[in-house]
Amino acid sequence: MTTFAFVALLCVSVLGYSLNRHAATRLRANGTRLHSVPAYHGLYSLLSTMVPVVTLIVTWLMLQGPLIDRFTMSGLPAGSLDSLDTGGRQLILAEIKSISRGRIFGDPEAWKVDAADRYVRMHAISGWVLLGTVIVASLGIVGFSRSRVAAEFRARHGVERITSGLMLFCSTIAIFTTLGIIAALLFESIRFFERVPIMEFFFGLNWEPQIPLREDQIAAEGAFGWIPVFLGTLVITVVALFLAVPVGLLSAIYLNEFAPSRLRAVAKPVLEILAGVPTVVYGFFAILVVAPAIRSFGATLGIPVSPNTALAAGTVMGIMLIPFISSFTDDALSAVPKSLRDGALALGATRAETVLNVLFPAAIPGIVGGILLAISRAIGETMIVVMAAGLIASLTVNPLDSVTTVTVQIVTLLIGDTSFDNPKTLAAFALGMMLFVVTLVINVFALRIVRKYREAYE
Amino acid sequence: MMDGMRKIERDTAASDIKIQARSVQVFYGDTHAIKDVSVDILDKTVTAFIGPSGCGKSTFLRCLNRMNDTIDIARVQGDIHIDGDDIYDPSIDPVQLRAKVGMVFQKPNPFPKSIYDNIAYGPRIHGLARTKAELDEIVERSLRRGAIWDEVKDRLHEPGTGLSGGQQQRLCIARAVATEPEVLLMDEPCSALDPIATAQVEDLIDELRRNYSVVIVTHSMQQAARVSQKTAFFHLGNLVEYRETGQIFTNPEDARTESYITGRIG
Ligand SMILES: Nc1ncnc2c1ncn2[C@@H]1O[C@H](COP(=O)(O)OP(=O)(O)OP(=O)(O)O)[C@@H](O)[C@H]1O
Ligand SMILES: [Mg+2]
Repeated sequence: MTTFAFVALLCVSVLGYSLNRHAATRLRANGTRLHSVPAYHGLYSLLSTMVPVVTLIVTWLMLQGPLIDRFTMSGLPAGSLDSLDTGGRQLILAEIKSISRGRIFGDPEAWKVDAADRYVRMHAISGWVLLGTVIVASLGIVGFSRSRVAAEFRARHGVERITSGLMLFCSTIAIFTTLGIIAALLFESIRFFERVPIMEFFFGLNWEPQIPLREDQIAAEGAFGWIPVFLGTLVITVVALFLAVPVGLLSAIYLNEFAPSRLRAVAKPVLEILAGVPTVVYGFFAILVVAPAIRSFGATLGIPVSPNTALAAGTVMGIMLIPFISSFTDDALSAVPKSLRDGALALGATRAETVLNVLFPAAIPGIVGGILLAISRAIGETMIVVMAAGLIASLTVNPLDSVTTVTVQIVTLLIGDTSFDNPKTLAAFALGMMLFVVTLVINVFALRIVRKYREAYE
Repeated sequence: MMDGMRKIERDTAASDIKIQARSVQVFYGDTHAIKDVSVDILDKTVTAFIGPSGCGKSTFLRCLNRMNDTIDIARVQGDIHIDGDDIYDPSIDPVQLRAKVGMVFQKPNPFPKSIYDNIAYGPRIHGLARTKAELDEIVERSLRRGAIWDEVKDRLHEPGTGLSGGQQQRLCIARAVATEPEVLLMDEPCSALDPIATAQVEDLIDELRRNYSVVIVTHSMQQAARVSQKTAFFHLGNLVEYRETGQIFTNPEDARTESYITGRIG
């Protein structure tokens, strides 16, 4: 029935479009000067039908389910729901629904079968009423729009208003999603902090969340100090940046300034492919290649190296970030006007001097912005560290030790069957909240810097 | 008038050849921008290049310090000698050449650095100053020669990009003279300047002539007449006429030159 409603709406709107368009064309053929061209009169009708009626259908569909459920339950014979808690009522509703779909288990009571019949009937009625409403409403709007076609009617302004409203709506979706995420995280974090003192979380040096296997199991209380976890993230991020920043910068400078154009034509796409490799694949690379290599290298030097070092995870994450940084640097360097390059060269500067003293300073805000965004990616990166980093939080800055990261802990805390009201699970949300805050701060910084540098040449 | 002209003739007669160009051709891809141009540019002389837009003045100017090397599609043929050295010889380092042959561009292009650092950049990379005091002195002298010292002396450490268009152009002129080039190429240096600044720049050019050779591209016939001793008229990539400035403006030989300076072709 919903499909029919949409089809009907579509037909009526198209009808409205052509009606209005023809009417306007005819007006113009009679020699009247129109404010808006005929196509805008048509679009005005189309949009002013579509937008409200689609909204109507969507709201209807959202409300219909819960309302019908409620009517079904309240229509049950008196007394059949007595002595049942919410869970029990849900169970009965579910049974009625499955009967209504024809899946009958065993021998249900007659009142349940009745209720299922009523449930089906209500759905059918709702569908027909929806179809009727849609047809009536859309025809009404089409008629109204048709009556407004006139020489001085500002259809174009109407269309512009409706489309800008639609665009506004689309752009708010992203904002509201972000707000929703923050709200969800905040809500769960608050529940976490009701159980674990804030001070312990922020300043505690121990992270030992024992995960209870069963709900009745009394596990050790566990310690929730996020510092060692965050320290692990930092160590891996620093290792990654130590690799990615110099390599990314130098490769971008080489490609932009020194490479023959044919090499550039090949190398740039290759770097971009590197950026598209799924992080799981990087994870494999870390486990299969980098970690063993580091271990055997350590063995030849006689240094004890743990199997999943921060160094291995950080190195691979650095490789992942190289194309990111180099493409940002490349963009920033390309944005420097050619006249600056010429100015420096004409003063007798060498290519290297030009890059170092003129291009680089001019491009630095863009580059710093890129590096900051890379940092926030490194902090939030999950798959590589889940595969290549450790699980035990240890308070160390030695990259040859095994460390864990915020993202790894979130994953391990939430994996498997977990109950959502114990501190061990809620801790994941608190960690997520912190991760969100840290990356948000970095991104805001990065965007401000990038914006500032955009203004420099415009 | 006649007196002044005779004086100019005497001046140029005393000069040596600084730049000698023979059969220079420039191609941008398939576009033939400079066609078989031969010219002798004298030392301690101001030479003006005039001609309608797109005739190749800037292109020829860029040949003289090998700035055409930075344009991928540009090809230069022919010989250009400065002080007797072939500047397109593989043994010549364009970096050293450009230190000797300075350039001011058609559009001002200050570096996004402070005014001070803009000027100090050339002296720094060429090691012209041993102490900070020496560098300060070079900066001040250059800014004075660029006729902009009074306007910027209190804001030397503010960005050069924050100046007005005309101020930026004078900053670029000061930047170019700070490296003490032997030849200064100026591509329409005054197109963004008001009459006062223009007069100051023209004074600078006149002063530079005592030690250097200056080549200036200009669209202003009056300016060419005021500052230059020799004038070259370009048309569609050809060097049509190259003579003493006084003669070219009073008594042009070629019909094209005459129509241009009287304003019939532009
Ligand atoms: N970078 C370039 N790529 C391709 N063609 C070019 C380039 N620069 C100049 N040209 C061409 O070469 C010819 C000469 O250009 P040039 O800039 O030397 O003229 P101009 O005499 O300086 O003109 P104007 O007085 O307008 O500055 C023109 O036809 C121009 O289109
Ligand atoms: Mg030009």
